Amino acid sequence: MQGKPVTLKALDVVSLLLLAAATYLALVFAPTEAVMGQVQRVFYFHIGTAWTALLGFIAAGITGGLYLATRHQKWDIVEVAAVEISLVFFLITIVLGSIWARPIWNTWWTWDPRLTTAAVTELIYIAYFMLRQGLEDPGRRARFGAVYALVGAISAPITFFAIRLFRTIHPVVIGSGDPGAEGTFSMVPDMKLAFFFALITFTVIFVDLLWNRILMGRLAARVEQLKLSLIR
Amino acid sequence: MLLQDAPPDTSAYMVAGYAVFFVISAIYLASLLVRRHNLEQDFKTLESIEAEANRAPTRIASAETSRGRVSGSKKAAAQRKQARKKVTRRK
Repeated sequence: MQGKPVTLKALDVVSLLLLAAATYLALVFAPTEAVMGQVQRVFYFHIGTAWTALLGFIAAGITGGLYLATRHQKWDIVEVAAVEISLVFFLITIVLGSIWARPIWNTWWTWDPRLTTAAVTELIYIAYFMLRQGLEDPGRRARFGAVYALVGAISAPITFFAIRLFRTIHPVVIGSGDPGAEGTFSMVPDMKLAFFFALITFTVIFVDLLWNRILMGRLAARVEQLKLSLIR
Repeated sequence: MLLQDAPPDTSAYMVAGYAVFFVISAIYLASLLVRRHNLEQDFKTLESIEAEANRAPTRIASAETSRGRVSGSKKAAAQRKQARKKVTRRK
């Protein structure tokens, strides 16, 4: 059994420091938005977690494809790790969005195209783990999981582009969106700094968590192999 | 400037948002740590059981050879069965 690599330990520390700095920039450094007030500050972490979650779902789809092509267990381990972390990040995105929507849209939830596609994506990946739980044979589980992750990855770009393709009340902060969107604002330079810093921070945190989760996945695979060899 | 409205007080929602973020993150990190710890424990236990199971037939065979007997396979099989039972129980 191997311990944590030194590089990973360093990345853990860097991630924590970046998170502290991103929190400071979002809560203190960035100016208060004139129309929405303090709740607009939720936006920095809302976008950061959404960005990494959608990236993770696409990465899971790619690794699913790689598993099907090569049948190497390592791709299955990476795929599971990416889906699990993205699922947690996307749950945070949805909850933060809902909290922001309450004072701005006067409702916690509405069946807007972006919110609907986001909820569907989250449910797709919850079902991914239910599917894996139901399969005993590791080979079959990896194969089915890979196909599912590959197909499920389509939901990520659909969710991302939902606010650009359909009529929606969800604001588009970067690029042009629907004129009927509520809660749109233009970012001043200090807001942009906090925003891009949060994006970088969450990308680093995602890589750090992914690495940790891959190590755990490897260990879980070895434990499963040992159990099977002792039972046979 | 005087006619401009002050931004609404939405700070409670902001606090709720960040609290949710840190709580969910902390729960996930704790789950990672607990699962890793459990896996390490399982790995150690399984390794010791495997070593025990591998040692058992050799030990019995050498003991029986020294006693002048040839067939020690029944005892070895029983010990392997016991080790397997341990694993199944843990599972």
